[in-house]
Amino acid sequence: MSKTMTPSSSSNTVLQLENISLSFGGVKALTNISFDVKEHEVRSIIGPNGAGKSSMLNVINGVYHPQAGDIYFRGEKRKQINPAEAARQGIARTFQNIALFKGMTVLDNIMTGRNTQMKCGFISNAIWVGKARNEEELNRHKVEEVIDFLEIQHIRKTPVGKLPYGLQKRVELARALAAEPSLLLLDEPMAGMNVEEKQDMCRFILEVNQQYGVTIVLIEHDMGVVMDISDRVVVLDYGKKIGDGLPNEVKNNPEVISAYLGTNH
Amino acid sequence: MTKAVNSLTFPRLLLEHAQVIPKQPAYREKYLGIWQVTSWEQNLEEIKQLACGLASLGFKRGMNLAIIGDNRPKLYQAMVAAQCLGGVPVPLYQDAVAAEMIHVLNDAAISFAIVEDQEQVDKLLEIKEQAPILSTIIYEDPKGLTDYVQSYLHSYKQIQLLGKVFAEEHPEFFITELEVGKATDLSVILYTSGTTGKPKGVAHTHQNFIRAGQNSSQFDRLNSKDNILAYLPMAWVGDHLFSFAQAMVSGLTVNCPESKETVMSDMREIGPSYYFAPPRIFESLLTQVTIRMEDAGLFKRKLFELAMTHAKKVGSDILDGKSVGLMDRLEYALYNFTIYAPLRNTLGMSKIRVAYTAGEAIGPDLFRFYRSIGVNLKQFYGQTETCAYVCLQPDGQVKYDSVGIAAPGIEIKLADTGEVLVKGVSVMDSYYQRPDATAESIDAEGYFHTGDAGIIDKDGHLRIIDRAKDVGKMGNGKLFAPKYIENKLKFFPFIKEAVVFGDGKDAIMTFINIDFEAIANWAERRHIAFAGYVDLASKAEVYKMIGECINKVNVDLADDPMLSHAQIARFLILHKELDPDDDELTRTRKVRRGFIAEKYGPLLDALYSGKSEQFIETKVKFEDGRDGSISATVQIQNAKTAMESA
Repeated sequence: MSKTMTPSSSSNTVLQLENISLSFGGVKALTNISFDVKEHEVRSIIGPNGAGKSSMLNVINGVYHPQAGDIYFRGEKRKQINPAEAARQGIARTFQNIALFKGMTVLDNIMTGRNTQMKCGFISNAIWVGKARNEEELNRHKVEEVIDFLEIQHIRKTPVGKLPYGLQKRVELARALAAEPSLLLLDEPMAGMNVEEKQDMCRFILEVNQQYGVTIVLIEHDMGVVMDISDRVVVLDYGKKIGDGLPNEVKNNPEVISAYLGTNH
Repeated sequence: MTKAVNSLTFPRLLLEHAQVIPKQPAYREKYLGIWQVTSWEQNLEEIKQLACGLASLGFKRGMNLAIIGDNRPKLYQAMVAAQCLGGVPVPLYQDAVAAEMIHVLNDAAISFAIVEDQEQVDKLLEIKEQAPILSTIIYEDPKGLTDYVQSYLHSYKQIQLLGKVFAEEHPEFFITELEVGKATDLSVILYTSGTTGKPKGVAHTHQNFIRAGQNSSQFDRLNSKDNILAYLPMAWVGDHLFSFAQAMVSGLTVNCPESKETVMSDMREIGPSYYFAPPRIFESLLTQVTIRMEDAGLFKRKLFELAMTHAKKVGSDILDGKSVGLMDRLEYALYNFTIYAPLRNTLGMSKIRVAYTAGEAIGPDLFRFYRSIGVNLKQFYGQTETCAYVCLQPDGQVKYDSVGIAAPGIEIKLADTGEVLVKGVSVMDSYYQRPDATAESIDAEGYFHTGDAGIIDKDGHLRIIDRAKDVGKMGNGKLFAPKYIENKLKFFPFIKEAVVFGDGKDAIMTFINIDFEAIANWAERRHIAFAGYVDLASKAEVYKMIGECINKVNVDLADDPMLSHAQIARFLILHKELDPDDDELTRTRKVRRGFIAEKYGPLLDALYSGKSEQFIETKVKFEDGRDGSISATVQIQNAKTAMESA
């Protein structure tokens, strides 16, 4: 495929990854991987531990820069960017290991998600007049909407470090949503949760997807969840793509089964 | 109120407030982190729009409107909207599972329902086939409902928009409909919790609730400056009296918390002046205070103990306006400044002028605690059939073991059996479409038979002992009052529920449900490791401690000449928490003794047959509706009986 022009896929492709390869020294994390993400879909990335799933997310939001391959975002070939630029382009994410400010309250943590939307400078914010004040009220309103949406009113003023794991995960999702992203990257949002918390989280993810039309790229180990809520699934193993398609197709793919169940190499 | 009582209806009260105090807040609701205010003027407009919208969909005089959800201004407004059209609101318990709603929906012939959110909509959709008359469902919160395509599903906003158009086309409609309403029309149907059999609809007229509201508002001098926090189920008669009838009569402000989990912090923000909570909430608040004080440093702990000792000594007397020495008053003032006032503030009780508790007996220590730190906590007595308005404790005449004197407009007397009989303004019109049941409970002289056994003391105060039908005889023919003993057990903070058996038997046995939070804390302090509820409930140390509580109750019972024979012989600690979802408690958390005896039959048999342990497997229902089971080998121990005092 030509690398200078927009990929052939239809206009509703949000993100297209072309022959991505990433290595750290001699370790090949990703080898020649291509897949696309379409507008409004829930796209899952699955694979055994060390398959390169989180590396893939890190490539998408600019933490890692692949040695080879191209990324097309909304039809345009993307230059090398950093995560802050990715955030400004509407890409938000959550992390496998929760990355919140533990000493700050839930509300303050979520407010940081609005960072990219804040225009006022340090001084005007410090004296809190006119524009800065209006801006904060507007942002707070957005944050409150997210709090209402994720049903975390009761912990609004609680320091994040005091919360149980499941709620911290929800706060992280809240922070990502506060940025009003068009593309949301979720790195194992349900790890370590009990059944009820998982059900809640699924409900929220689906609602974000359906009600607000946010495109979602999801890494998750719980196969039940993945098969239930994904539109399409891509499977990685040892940095290589071994499957891609609808949940049912992937489930019956012999290569995928052997990667999960183990086989004699 | 200026209008003659016999023409007064709730919609007329609404009109009056919208004219007299248009800018005063009728409702506050915390939404998006801010207390959003609805003034009486806006309240009228909102209700008018909704009523007209309902009318345009075909809701009319004589129909009943189901209301299901947490306390929300929009749902309270829906009640008045129904009344404006001559319809009758029927609030349902919002935490009931879908199947439990079928009976009420059919019994009250519900075709219109206004519900809070997706959760309630899902429940109604689930049972729609079993409730065939239900034809219109209106939801307040659209979250999660965008993909629902059913044509009979409407949003509250949408109905109000319809109503606005309708009102423009028919400008006189609303007021004409409202004026047709009479004081003797039904104003609400409240379903009983169904401790025995199917729930019955209790039908009250406007007059019933307005008079109960007026008299009780006068009794405690409630006015439009008062604030109440509405957080108890809307289907419960108490909430209907406090947050609806009294609010509509006196114009006080009803504050709706943001969610169930934020009630405590919302209460601190609002600082209600008028407050109701069942004893179990006062108890859990006190438990939290106690736990936090145990974690405090030595100095603070000692200071707290000194302050509490002094409060116990003179606090209640100061509150009751009795004579207390100057030095004691000064000391109380000092502690008030340093301890009591900050404590009241932490509890959200700084501004409380009147607080009530009812529903279950409250432990004397618990009751005294709140009064001694300056919270004017009182008790009242009443049931669904009497608008929760029968007896009230007047300021300055508060007795710990009574529920007060007959309220204004109410007459009480005791039947020969000891059953409490009530006549007066608040006695219901009838059980909805159940003339048989109505005739059974209201006699020819107009007295309502409460089913409670009580005694009236020399000052005219009523004391409730038990349900009349639960008062039984033991094998030896002596009195058996299980609730009385259960309450004594439950006064211990470590015991959450107790179920006492002994009717027709020679000995009294009891099941204990531990209070997990309190005992977990207790165990942690003693370095007792445990894996969870079942494990903790079976610990030898826990058994020993509960055993001591039971021994104390036996000592206490030995002192009571009427009940000294009724001491507890043996007990066990249940391996699971009794739960309304498993039908073991009613929705108002009263134990269903008969059902429990049947469900845990092997345990009861083991108690009476003298075994020291018994294996049992019980089905449980999880919160998401799935079934599971818990099994355990439950130990059984003997209690020490005390000597009867001469």
